[in-house]
Formats: sequence, C-alpha cells, structure tokens
Amino acid sequence: MDRRYRFRRAKDRGMVVVTFLCTVAVLVPLFLVLGFLARTGVSALNWDFFTEIPGAAGEPGGGMANAIAGTILLITLAGAMGIPIGVLGGTYLSEYPSTRLSQVTRFTADVMNGIPSIVMGLFAYVLIVLPLRHFSALAGGVALGVMLIPTVVRTTEEIVRLVPQSVREASLALGIPTWKTTMRVVIPTAAAGIVTGIMVGLARIAGETAPLLFTAFGNRFWNWDILQPIAALPLQIFAYAISPFDDWHRQAWAGALVLVTIVLIVNIAARFAANRQVKLR
Amino acid sequence: MSIAGTRVPAASPPRSGDRPFQLLLAVMAAAVPVVIGAILVALIIAGWPAITQFGARFFVTSTWDPVARVFGVLPFMYGTVVSSSLALLIAVPLGLGVAIFLSELVPGWLRSPISFLVELLAAIPSVVIGLWGIFVLVPWVRTVLSPLLKSTLGFLPLFSGPPLGIGMLTAGLILAIMVVPFIVAVSTEVMRAVPRSQREAALALGATGWETTRTAVLPYARSGIVGAIFLALARALGETMAVTMVIGNVPQIKASLFAPAYTIPAVIANEFAEATSDIYVAALVYAGLVLFTVTVVVNALARLLVSRVARGPSLIRE
Amino acid sequence: MNSVNKQRVASLIDHTTGIQADEVHAWFDRLHALRGITMIVAERKITAIIGPSGCGKSTFLRCLNRMHELVPGARVSGRVVMDGQDIYAPGTDPVQVRRRVGMVFQKPNPFPTMSVFQNAAAGLTLAGERNRAKVEEIVERSLQAAVLWDEVKDRLHKPGTSLSGGQQQRLCIARALAVSPEVLLMDEPASALDPASTLRIEELARDLANDITIVIVTHNMQQAARVSDFTGFFLDGELIEFGSTNDLFTRPTDRRTEDYITGRFG
Repeated sequence: MDRRYRFRRAKDRGMVVVTFLCTVAVLVPLFLVLGFLARTGVSALNWDFFTEIPGAAGEPGGGMANAIAGTILLITLAGAMGIPIGVLGGTYLSEYPSTRLSQVTRFTADVMNGIPSIVMGLFAYVLIVLPLRHFSALAGGVALGVMLIPTVVRTTEEIVRLVPQSVREASLALGIPTWKTTMRVVIPTAAAGIVTGIMVGLARIAGETAPLLFTAFGNRFWNWDILQPIAALPLQIFAYAISPFDDWHRQAWAGALVLVTIVLIVNIAARFAANRQVKLR
Repeated sequence: MSIAGTRVPAASPPRSGDRPFQLLLAVMAAAVPVVIGAILVALIIAGWPAITQFGARFFVTSTWDPVARVFGVLPFMYGTVVSSSLALLIAVPLGLGVAIFLSELVPGWLRSPISFLVELLAAIPSVVIGLWGIFVLVPWVRTVLSPLLKSTLGFLPLFSGPPLGIGMLTAGLILAIMVVPFIVAVSTEVMRAVPRSQREAALALGATGWETTRTAVLPYARSGIVGAIFLALARALGETMAVTMVIGNVPQIKASLFAPAYTIPAVIANEFAEATSDIYVAALVYAGLVLFTVTVVVNALARLLVSRVARGPSLIRE
Repeated sequence: MNSVNKQRVASLIDHTTGIQADEVHAWFDRLHALRGITMIVAERKITAIIGPSGCGKSTFLRCLNRMHELVPGARVSGRVVMDGQDIYAPGTDPVQVRRRVGMVFQKPNPFPTMSVFQNAAAGLTLAGERNRAKVEEIVERSLQAAVLWDEVKDRLHKPGTSLSGGQQQRLCIARALAVSPEVLLMDEPASALDPASTLRIEELARDLANDITIVIVTHNMQQAARVSDFTGFFLDGELIEFGSTNDLFTRPTDRRTEDYITGRFG
C-alpha cells in the first residue's frame, strides 16, 4: 500500500518536472530567436539602413528605407479597407448577437483567420493584379486588408460586448435613439480596446510576406504610386536572406530586428492596455 | 395565462435612424462571409484551366514539370502532410505539457506572464523565424541533431541519406515551434474552464495532482484540446515562409526525413511570380484551391470543437 | 434645499404631469409579467411601488418610459396616458417618450468616459445642443437641483466615475433633470448606497417632488413610508392595493398587503 502510494507520488512529482521542462522547451526558441536578432541585427543597424535604398547585387551598402516606407504605405491601404469594415461589422456582432447573420459572420470570421495568408495573396492577384496586368501596392494592400477584416471584427466584438448594459440603458433612458447610443456612447466607451485590437491586427499584417510575393512584389527603388509594385520590409528580408551575399544577410538580420521590435512593442503595449482596461470596469 | 380578450400585441417597429444604421452595420458584417465566398470563386475561376485539364489526376501525379506543362500536386501534398504531422507530433505533447503546467500547477501571478511569452512566440513574423531557421536551426540540425539521430536510429529509412540540414526534419521542427503557441493557448483556456467541482471530486477521493488532471480535467477538456490540435494543424498546413526557407524546395517523395521536400504553400510562394504559361499559373492556383479547401474544413472542425469561452480580448486572433 | 435651489429646480422643469395607467399588461416572451395594472400617478406627488422580488414593480416602471420593450421578445399592451396622450398610441416615438420621462437606475451609471460636466450635459449634447453657454447654465442648474453642485463645482472635469457612490447617483439625477423631463422614475435609487447617502437621496426626492412627478420603486418599506405620498403594492404581476401611503401602511384593506407589510413574507 505504502509502496504503491509512493509510486503515485513520484509520478505526480515527475509530471511537475516534465511539464516544467515542456514550458522551458517551448520558451527556449523564443529567446533563441530574439537573442540571435539582437546579436546579429544590431551590428548592421546604422543610419544608412534607415535612409538608403538597396544597392546593386553583391555590392555592400544600401539600406531598407524604401521597404520600411512601403510597409507603412501597405498597412495604411490595408487599414483603410479593413478598419471601417471590421469595426462596424464587429459592432453589429455585439449589438445584434443572435441574428442569423451574426452567427454566420462569427463562424466565418474565425475560419477566415485561419486561411493561409498566401491564399489571400492569390485572391488579391485575381482581383487586382490580373485586371491591371501588373503588380501593385494596391494589390498588396487588398491582400493585407482582407486579412485584417476578420481580426478586427472579432476583437471589436469582444470589446464592445464588455461595455456594461447599464451604460446603454443610461443613454436610452435619456431619450437618445439606439443608433446614436451605439455610435456616440457605446463605441467611445470601448474605443481604447478597439484601437488596441486594431494595432495588434496591423502589427500582424505588417509582418506578412507570403501575400505580398505576387501582389506588391517588391521594388528596388522608391515608389509612392499605389498602382506600381512596391517594396516591403518582410519581402526585403526574405529576398536578402536567400541571397548569396553576406552583406545582404546582415541587412536581413537588421531588418528582422526592426520588424520584430515593432511587433513586440505593439503586442506588449496591447497587453498593458488590456490589463488596465479590465481594472477600469 | 393571458386575460381573455387581450391580444398579445406585436413589438413596436424600430424607429427611423435605427433601421438604416442597423442595415449599415449588417452590410459590413456580411462582408466576411461574402469575402470568403469571393475567395473561393476567384480561386475556381483562375484555376479552371488546370482543373479541367488535370481534374483528379492532379492529386495522384507526382510530376511537376513546367516545361512539359505536366502538373501533379502529389509531392507537395506529401511534403505538406508529413511536415505538418511531424510538427504536431512534437508540438502536441509539448504544448499539452505547457498547458497543464499553466492551468494546474503554476501560481496565479506567474500564469499571465508565461502565457504572454508563449503568445509572443506566435507574434513573431514567419519570415523572421525562417531567417533564424536558415542561419541557426539548419546548421544545428546538420551538425548536431542529424548525426545524433543517424548514430542512434540510422538503421531506419526515416533517417537514411546525407544530413544536409535543410529538409523535412528541419521543416517539421520549425513548424512545431510556430504552432505550439496555439496548442498552449487554446488548451490552457479550455482546461481552466473545467469547473472546480470536477477537480474537487477527484481530490476528495484521494487523487494526486497528476491523477486529478488525468481523470478529471483532461477528459472534460478533451474536445477543446482536439479542437486546439485541429487549429494547429490548419496553421501548419498553411505556413509558408519559414517552411520554404528551410525545407529545400525539391518536389520529391522520399522516406527519409533528412531529404529536402516541398509543400503547397512553398511552391506557390516560389514559383507564382515567375510562372510563364497560363496553365502553369492555373496549376498553382489549383494547388492553392486545394490548400484553401483543406484549411477551411480543418478550421471549421476546430471551431466546432472549441466551445467559445468568454474572456477578454485575446492577442492570438489567428 | 434652500430657496435658491428650489428656484433652480423649478426653472428646469417647465411642465409636469400625472400618469394614468390603464390595463397595462407586459410580457417577456411567453411570461406574463404584468397583469392589467390600472393606477393613477398623481401630479407633483411621490408614488411608491413596493412588493417582493419578482413582483413586476421594475417591469411596470419600465413600461412608463417605454424601456421594457427594448428587451428582445418583450411586449406591452394597455394605455399609459400622460397629459392626455397615450404614450403607446400607434405612431408614437418611444425616443420622444423617453425624453419626457426621466429614469434613475438602481446602480449609478454615469458614462465612464465622460467627466462630471459631460455626464450632466449628456442628454443635451447627444441630442445636438450646440449652445455652449446654454449647456453650462443648465448643467449648473441641474447639479444644484441634485444638491451636488457645491461638491463638484471645482471638479467638473474630473471623470464622472471618480465620485463616490452617493455622488454618482446624484449626478445621474442631475443628468436626468437636465433634459427637463415631465416625470422622474426612480428604480430602487438608493439600494446600492450607504444609509447616509440613502437619506440624502430621499430628501432630494421630497424636494424635487414640489416641481416634478416622481415614481419610485423600492424594496424598502420604511423608505416608501418615509418618502411617498401614495403607494401601490404589487404581487405576482398584479396591483393588489393602492392608496395614500398613510392608509396603506396603517389600515391595509387586503390581507396580502398586510402580510407583506408586517413581514410575514417578502
């Protein structure tokens, strides 16, 4: 009896160790990747990196200025498309949660969040690149925008749902119509959380490469014309990473460091904002 | 029981201003299902030449020859399935272990930071993980892991052939790293949702912590955990950049994990922009359609299995 | 309340009226929550509604400002006449009704993202009032009327939620008064407050009743006895007895009323 119990206790303690080791094993890659970027990327970060465009193949020098600008342009385009649809759609889901449309939309948004991003690129290719007959920033923006919609819809829904019913009732009891209550009272109350959700969504699409490979396509020069191909930071990182040139490898690490830093800052800020908002309620 | 003679009146109609607004919101919400439908239609239309030309043969042909214009997606399906399966084989036990640790063992104040770190892993862009893969993981696999596996298990066809560093094994490893956060996040959530009374019932019978987890928590959370696995699978199937940077991009079907391979997302990524003939493009779109269908189905199953636990805004919205 | 404040209340409320409820029924889907309520709310008096939990008193209150119908599946039938008009007459805009009938809720609900000033002004600004001077004046008057002005006049731009519970509730009263309603409904306004704040709310209600009709729902019988002129006793969705507060509490005619008042159930 005693021996069997000791065995059970040993198994119990053993599992604690095992699960702890699993946790360590899962977190190790995170620190390995971040550490690698910190070590290698920092050395290649210089003023040129942020101000120059790529140099000729094989020659050292040049930077990713146009790629950074391109990414900013792309997420602006994507945001213009995805944010209004996402916020309004998410508001619908939270204000009219049990309609048929709501159930369908909620389900399809979750499914859509899991569709590989390269398929979104194919969609934008068919929709924009084929009719225009060439790659363009617009196509890239559409691909990213389509990815943004379901993300923003779901986060907006979750946040707006958290607004207490008493806030709505207070406004309605004052004789404010329902639509105004939603737009001028409920949404402003949820605004901080909605913005946080949008920022996280934008950070996610800023790091996407696959959908841009045959939509925005990349560009070695400055370009502000949305109907022309455009450079993007993740595209540039990818191109340099698989190139045979050491200097380009270093720039790829620098680019990755910049990209990851932005993504991490946004995610950490979002986490803080979420915690603070929970306390306000 | 209503008083005789009293009709139950109809609800009053919504007032003006409310109706147009509700309509606007509804149209925006409807954009989601409409876009999914549009994606399906676009893929079918663009892939039509290949669909009609190759039909079901597409799935069993292993030739991928742009010059001869013969396209078969079998090697890519093989690469996709094997790399994803390998990833799950590694990620599911690890992920469950972390989930058990986070949900049952860790003190409350530590849970949030650790699960946040795990979520951060999911937030790192795929191309960055791929970059690390090329310069760190591949050399390590080539110089440390592969020789180790060869010396111990080299008699298995799984570990035959020269260890190049790039190949199926590395792809599986890198996919495992990328999908483990999903398993952890969803499983932890589902396990935390198991009611206290279930755990207390087991503990009151004199069960140890691990036994409680095994008999009271895991079975209760089982469908949610399966859903998490499906979710991770869908992610692995569709993962593009990190995979294409470490898998070698050779369309072949080999038994060895050391051999280079190719996946559907990887071939689309590498060849689409340069595809010369119309049938080439259509074949790639056809492959994309296959990918779309499979991931939609797997995601839908995952969604049905994971019951929606109401919680605050989640940072993993993939 | 001093006479200056009394003037300010009077200036806010330019018109008040009594209410006549006639065979009011209410449903939550199939659940018949109110059965044929007929009663008169006298002008410029406080009418209290008492009864055990679930008897329909809050439901009835919400029928008086057409808030009940906002719940999915909810229905109302019957007539509620204010100033000669049935607020349930076909074609009547419920939004307009809610402007005419103000409501204060059980748990104070100031708008969380607005300051004290913005909260008090909310009814006006959301309806489109642009005249800054007019809004400021009305805000001061309504905060005076709610006996809150002195405590907040130096903190008007602090968040509404930074006030104490009792202050928040008075802010909600000010907010309701700022739109010059004809009737003020109070749904257990003090039940979430400490005894000192409760008494202040009761005093406030008594003073406001000089100028505006008040209907108050309360589960606290002593409060009803202290504050109201008329009382209605509800049970299981029916109005069992209605009369002057004094009569109802000292000489109830119905056995059930007596049982409730003496605490035999509740």
